Amino acid sequence: MSGHSTYEPKSGVEKWLDTRLPIVRLAYDSLVDFPTPKNLNYWYTFGGILALCLGIQIVTGIVLAMHYVPHVDMAFNSVERIMRDVNYGWLVRYMHANGASMFFIAVYVHMFRGLYYGSYKAPREVLWILGCVIYLLMMATAFMGYVLPWGQMSFHGAVVITNLFGALPIVGQSITTWLWGGFAVDDPTLNRFFSLHYLLPFMIAGVVILHIWALHVVGNNNPTGVSVQSKEDTVPFHPYYTVKDGFAISVFLLMFAAFVFFNPNALGDAVNYVPANPLVTPAHIVPEWYFLPFYAILRAVPDKLMGVLMMFGAIAMLFILPWLDTSKVRSMRYRPTAKLYFFIFVLACLVLGFCGGKLPDAHVIPGLTTFQLLDADLNSMVWLSRFAAAYYFSYFLIILPVLGLTEVPLAQPLSISAPVLSHPAKAPVGAAASPEKRG
Amino acid sequence: MADTVVGANPEHAAGEDPNRRDFIHIAAGVAAVGAVAGLAWPFIDQMNPAGDTLALASVEFDLTKVEAGQSVTIKWRGKPLFIRHRTGAEIASAIKDDHAALRDPQTDEVRHKPGKAEWLILVGTCTHLGCVPTFGGGDYGGWFCPCHGSHYDTSGRIRKGPAPKNLAVPDYAFLSDTKVKVG
Repeated sequence: MSGHSTYEPKSGVEKWLDTRLPIVRLAYDSLVDFPTPKNLNYWYTFGGILALCLGIQIVTGIVLAMHYVPHVDMAFNSVERIMRDVNYGWLVRYMHANGASMFFIAVYVHMFRGLYYGSYKAPREVLWILGCVIYLLMMATAFMGYVLPWGQMSFHGAVVITNLFGALPIVGQSITTWLWGGFAVDDPTLNRFFSLHYLLPFMIAGVVILHIWALHVVGNNNPTGVSVQSKEDTVPFHPYYTVKDGFAISVFLLMFAAFVFFNPNALGDAVNYVPANPLVTPAHIVPEWYFLPFYAILRAVPDKLMGVLMMFGAIAMLFILPWLDTSKVRSMRYRPTAKLYFFIFVLACLVLGFCGGKLPDAHVIPGLTTFQLLDADLNSMVWLSRFAAAYYFSYFLIILPVLGLTEVPLAQPLSISAPVLSHPAKAPVGAAASPEKRG
Repeated sequence: MADTVVGANPEHAAGEDPNRRDFIHIAAGVAAVGAVAGLAWPFIDQMNPAGDTLALASVEFDLTKVEAGQSVTIKWRGKPLFIRHRTGAEIASAIKDDHAALRDPQTDEVRHKPGKAEWLILVGTCTHLGCVPTFGGGDYGGWFCPCHGSHYDTSGRIRKGPAPKNLAVPDYAFLSDTKVKVG
């Protein structure tokens, strides 16, 4: 870890251990004495929330694996048995299923926070890319976990997603057969998905350790985007941020509990309570909500291979973002033009998510059917997702590279503490603070 | 530098031929990479279809169960298989479109066995992303895929929508006039 350790072992046992395995020192330097910018707001609490989410998923998942049977004839029934007969099985499964959604809510907030405050810029590129790797692993884990109950949506979702790889030229068919372990999604596929679904969370935990390590080398970004310059700019992690994170976690858990106890199936699809039938596809296949923006991009492209490449390209954008954004100013607080484009980007992501959940030919404005332009029905979901997808890619490939060179940012504060200390309200008593001029 | 005494000149200048120690390093490195690659293959190939999966790869079907105008869906290699008993009108409409603008051009002739135009046997997975198209739907009277809106005609050829290929024709043979073996 960076910086000088201030840990001083007190008891004889601690001294003995410290010279052999300085694990208490590591924990102290990482979680107690770690100097943290003193201006972090609540958007910065989602890292801690995410760590908790991973913990909840691993603990509930291990319990579910004690009762689940990964076989095409028994998987669905074993999940229903967990729901009906296993003691508190309903609670553990609802925590696990809703926990996945909570995990994605938190990770999306965490990612948009990083995008807004420029947390991907030097020297945090590796920290950012490790986060992108975690996000990819999360998506793979969530997808394979959704297949395990072996409902209609599980099965046909698995068919559609594994067939994406079939779009690759030459090797596509061999890859899908290899993924399936047969000629279709079947028992071998379910078995390996279970095995990998158990493995990947521990890989996520490993990358999380690297992510935190990278964070502790370069230190936290902060809402001003200005680097820490002196001890005056920081406070120790404990108690200041342990308490702040703790409060945020409590509020987050209230929302989590509201879903688990009052509306546990609100975020799922009812069709997945129908056992898988390989011979009948449900009329409307949709992935879970957290994949909808990417699904909309896939469907927005009329060509199969291009659609698949665009969908994966949308995630690849995140990986190369540190080198696409040419602006030296980290925080969008001081980039009014970029801020505007950023909020349109957030809107484009939400629009893509909305389109991904609808049928492609459905009308955006019901009742309006005559909005035709050159054989294209611009009032359809597929066209709305095309516009939103075009903006999504433009934001990364055109707007951020160009804007960094052309915009005139606002003046940044000299340090994290400067704007606070120079604020009239903070001036010493008796100074000419002109209180009558302040609202 | 074959005559170099081992240990006498361990550092040789850049641009000189590799000496015997370099050769040992390179040979050991190549052997290690080869061993890892060789060992990796079984761990990759174990995910391919197993022997028993391959052994279950053919089915026989009694065609007398399908009336003209009907289609039956059976399971073959884990996938749906369409066995369609086409009417004269359906065959005629398929032949009529042989030279229409097709994305994956094929005549109806090559999509059934010679002299068995009434029997159309196809793998029932949409060539887009693998959903199961519904019988009789779509603009061309063949199949319609509910997932992303691909239309197939009465020969199972793709006519409209995102799918790139016609519905696949599996390997099959008529064992008798009323019995067919697929796979």
